[in-house]
Formats: sequence, C-alpha cells, structure tokens
Amino acid sequence: MKPYLAIFRLRFINGLQYRSAALAGMATQFAWGFMEILAFAAFYKANPAAFPMEFSHTVSYIWLQQAFLALFMVWFFEGEIFDSITTGNIAYELARPIDLYGRWFSQTAANRVAKAVLRSLPILLVAALVPAPYRLSLPPAAGQFILFLISVLLSLGVVVSFSMLIYITTVYTLSAAGGRLIAAALADFLAGAIIPLPFFPQPFRAIAEVLPFAAMQNMPLRIYSGNIAGRAALWGIGIQIFWLAVLTLFGRVMMKKALGKVVVQGG
Amino acid sequence: MIHLEGINKTFRVARRKSGFGRALQALFSREYELIHALQDVSFSISQGEMVGYIGPNGAGKSTTIKIMCGILRPDSGVCNIDGRTPWQDRIDHVRNIGVVFGQRSQLWWDVPVGDSFDLIRDIYKIDARRYKRNLEELVALLDLEEILKTPTRTLSLGQRMRCELVASLLHSPKILFLDEPTIGLDAVSKIAVRQFIKDLNSRRGTTVILTTHDMQDIEALTERILLIGKGRILMDGSLEELKKRSSWRKTITFEYLGPQPALDAGMTLREARPGRIVVYLEPEVCSAAEAIAHISRQVEVKDVSVAGISAEEMVAGLYREYDI
Repeated sequence: MKPYLAIFRLRFINGLQYRSAALAGMATQFAWGFMEILAFAAFYKANPAAFPMEFSHTVSYIWLQQAFLALFMVWFFEGEIFDSITTGNIAYELARPIDLYGRWFSQTAANRVAKAVLRSLPILLVAALVPAPYRLSLPPAAGQFILFLISVLLSLGVVVSFSMLIYITTVYTLSAAGGRLIAAALADFLAGAIIPLPFFPQPFRAIAEVLPFAAMQNMPLRIYSGNIAGRAALWGIGIQIFWLAVLTLFGRVMMKKALGKVVVQGG
Repeated sequence: MIHLEGINKTFRVARRKSGFGRALQALFSREYELIHALQDVSFSISQGEMVGYIGPNGAGKSTTIKIMCGILRPDSGVCNIDGRTPWQDRIDHVRNIGVVFGQRSQLWWDVPVGDSFDLIRDIYKIDARRYKRNLEELVALLDLEEILKTPTRTLSLGQRMRCELVASLLHSPKILFLDEPTIGLDAVSKIAVRQFIKDLNSRRGTTVILTTHDMQDIEALTERILLIGKGRILMDGSLEELKKRSSWRKTITFEYLGPQPALDAGMTLREARPGRIVVYLEPEVCSAAEAIAHISRQVEVKDVSVAGISAEEMVAGLYREYDI
C-alpha cells in the first residue's frame, strides 16, 4: 500500500498549492448553488406538493453538491494521465515497480480530495449561515451522517473507477477529447449532477437508478438529508459497493489488455 | 546478464498522403503500413559492461530499450535479463533497472525535486538508511545540494538531467539504461554527466547501456558498440574495430609552389587544384612523416595539415556503407 499512499500524498500536496484556482472555484460554486436553489424555490412556491423531494432535502442536496463538486463530478479528469498517454511519458510509469492501475487511481483520487478539501469548508460555512429556507440543514440523526460519510467515500471510488475506464480507452484512441466529453456529460446527467434523480420522469427514473451512475453523487447527497434513510440507505451503500467492484474489476482487465499493445508515442 | 535472441517488433501505422481529399478518403478506408522496427535482434551483454547503442533516427534503438525495460512486448523472440523476461515479470524486473529517457521527465513538474525523490523512495520501498546514503552520495557527485528544494519546472535542462540521473539511481539498480542522456546539454553539463556515468560504472559495477547520437559520448564512455540500422544489428564490436572497418584513413593537405608532385605507395589523391593537393594515407604503408618528406623532396611546401577522420564521420561513413 505504501507506494500508493505516497503517490496520494504527493498529488494531494501538489493539489493544495493552487490557491487562486480554489478561490475562483469557490466563488463559482457558491453563485451557482445559490442560483439553482432560487430557481427550485420558485418552482416549489407554485406547487410544493408536485415535487418528489422536500424543499429542505433539495437545498441540502445542492449545497453539498457544490461543496464537494471536486469529489463527485465525472468531468474532473486528471489531465496529467491523458498527457502521459498521448506524449508517451507513460514509459516512465511502466518502468516503475508499481501497478499502473493503482497508481492512476490514487493519483486521481488524491487530486479530487485535495481540491475538495480546499473548497468545501468555506462553502459549507456560508451555506450553514444563509437565512432559513435556503440554509443547509443538519442531517436528521448521527447514524444517518455516518452512512453519508461512508457513501461519500464509495461514491468517490465509483467516480474514480469510472474515470479509469476513460483513461484506459485513451491508450487505444489517443485523443481523449471526444469520448471524454460525451462520457462525462452523460455520466454527470445520469448521476444527478444537473437535477436530482427523483425529479426524472418514470420510467426513465427507474432505469437511471439501476445504472452505475446512480452510485455516484446521487447516493450520498440523498442519504445526508434523509431522503434515502434506514434500510434503503444500507441497500444503496450495498449497490455502491457492487458497482465499485464491477468497475474496478472491468478497468483492471481492460488495462491489462491495453498494456499488452501499448505503443509509446514520440520516440 | 542481458540476453536477447531473435527479437522482432512490428508497428502498424496508419498512412495517408497529406491534403484534404486524402483526409476525407481516410475516413472511409485506411491504409496501414507495417513498420518493422526490429528484425531478428540478438546480442548479449555481461555484467559491468558499458555498451553504446548507436544508429540513425528511427533505427530501433529506443524500441530495443523499451523492450528491455518491460514497457513494450515484442512480437517474437527471447529476452532474458537477470533470469527474467521483462514484459512478463515487469514489476520484479524494473526493481533492478534504472532508466533515463533523455527526452522525457520522471520528476513531478510542480513540486520540489526532493519530493520527487522521496516518492521514488516510497515506490521502490528503499530503506531509509540506504536512501539517505545514496541520495547524499549522488547529490554530492552531481553537485545538486542547492536545487533539491527547487521545483522541477524552474530547473535548467542541465540541472534537470542531472536530477533525472539521481532519480533513476536511488534504488541502486544493477542495470542502467540511458536513452540519449546528453541530448540538448551544453558542453559543461555533458562532461559532468559523462564523468558521472563513468564513475558509476567503475565504482558500483553498474551495467550501462547508452543510446546516443553524440559520438563524443561513445568515445568517452564505451568500449563496445552495437550499431543498429533499419531494425537490424549491423555491427557488434569495439570502437577500435569500428575504426578499422570504416577506412580509418588520415588525410594530408599540402599547399606548395611548382608542378603537381608525384605520389608514393600508400598515398591516394583525393583532390588536386593548382598549388594544393589533398591526399589519403594508409597508415600501415606510409606514415605522415614519410609522406611529408616525399612531397617536400619534389616541391617547395608552404603549408601542411594532417587530419584523422572523426568518429562522427566514421559513423556517417558506416551508415552510408550499410545504406541506412
């Protein structure tokens, strides 16, 4: 484990040093969160009964989503990995006594955690201080909060193992841009990054909820407010573990195949 | 220690002519061309040897290095390094080798060099004492104390290359692969890097395999040369043998007054103009002193210059000879 922790640590330290990017990100996420909540508030005013989630649940969902954007958004890829494939720097990574899947996984996770650490606290603080209906409420119970934390970690794992599939595809296609864009847009939509999954019309919602993307931000953000609680929350965590295992296994098999036909670019 | 036999590697490359029409056509049907990067490459290298691997661009040097590092898998052939097949036991194999790709960097761009070294320590699980000893020794040898705290992005190419060497030696590898380690360096840095590699080879007994286009690297460092061209090993021998193979002749230029002098045995005329001749010498038949004496008996010599061909011309000659 030590080498992977070392990579995690170095990437984490590295990610912490971009302070102005973090400031800009925080401002954007705060403004975005606020606008989104205001828009939802307008709809709820028209007819509060017509919505599948309580307003306070939706508000918590949006604030947490904005605070932990870097953990959950699929489009947050690790540029260095794409570069190492397209420029051929992957040669150095393969010349190390370390498993490349694990290396990329820790690197990606570390970058996300570093970014989230820098940005989340100020956003959470502001979200907890704004006036009542727009305020981030506390989770209904301590047990629920612990389930939320577990689900956050699993969600990060599912997102990273999904990104791994995109990195590995790049070994074949070389240009990451196209697939990356489509995959990220689709995955984020289906994970509930645009609107929470309960807002999807049936039967589309039923389909979305069995896809691996529902094991991403959808789960922790709804567990936090108690929208998914009790047995349903445990079941949800079980689904997250399932998808994490499937995606990781699939990624490892793909990686093994890809490395067999790797071509190092640029001499 | 290192043994390659009958290694073949082919790359499939999509080809099209330039131009818009051709690009459109390539959308529907692609033409592929097979590039035979390596054909039947075989050689053996024993422990402690320092080998120069030379050949023109695209000859297959880097491909061979990458196969020996376990990065690429050849189509066929046997490669055994220290009892292992690199691409099968990649992780165990790379623990014992160090590699520097002169055109790439293994250091993290935005963090101090020392942090990159610490990461390498953790990846190779080097124990603390050995790491400290190695780092101190390498840093002192390459004169890097002051830049350990500097981020990689602010280093000059020469500084960075010295750091790359340290990075690939921290785990005391038995074999060091250097793929163009002196590319782009100034004369001072080149000399420092060469001296360092030489020391390393003699003190630690590290086996060194070096690809380069810089013939001074070869002259300064290696006893043995492998010449590769168009994916085949063309020559395997010492620098001395190479010199013999490649018409290691001297040329003498005379400037004189009077009619064109006659030549003696062992001298061949290369060019003649009124008042100036250039002559090739076969050193076994006729020494430079004899040649000068022979010409001065006939005409009044104003100026003489003697030149041997450089290693660079020699290799260019070899490339021509083998048509690569």
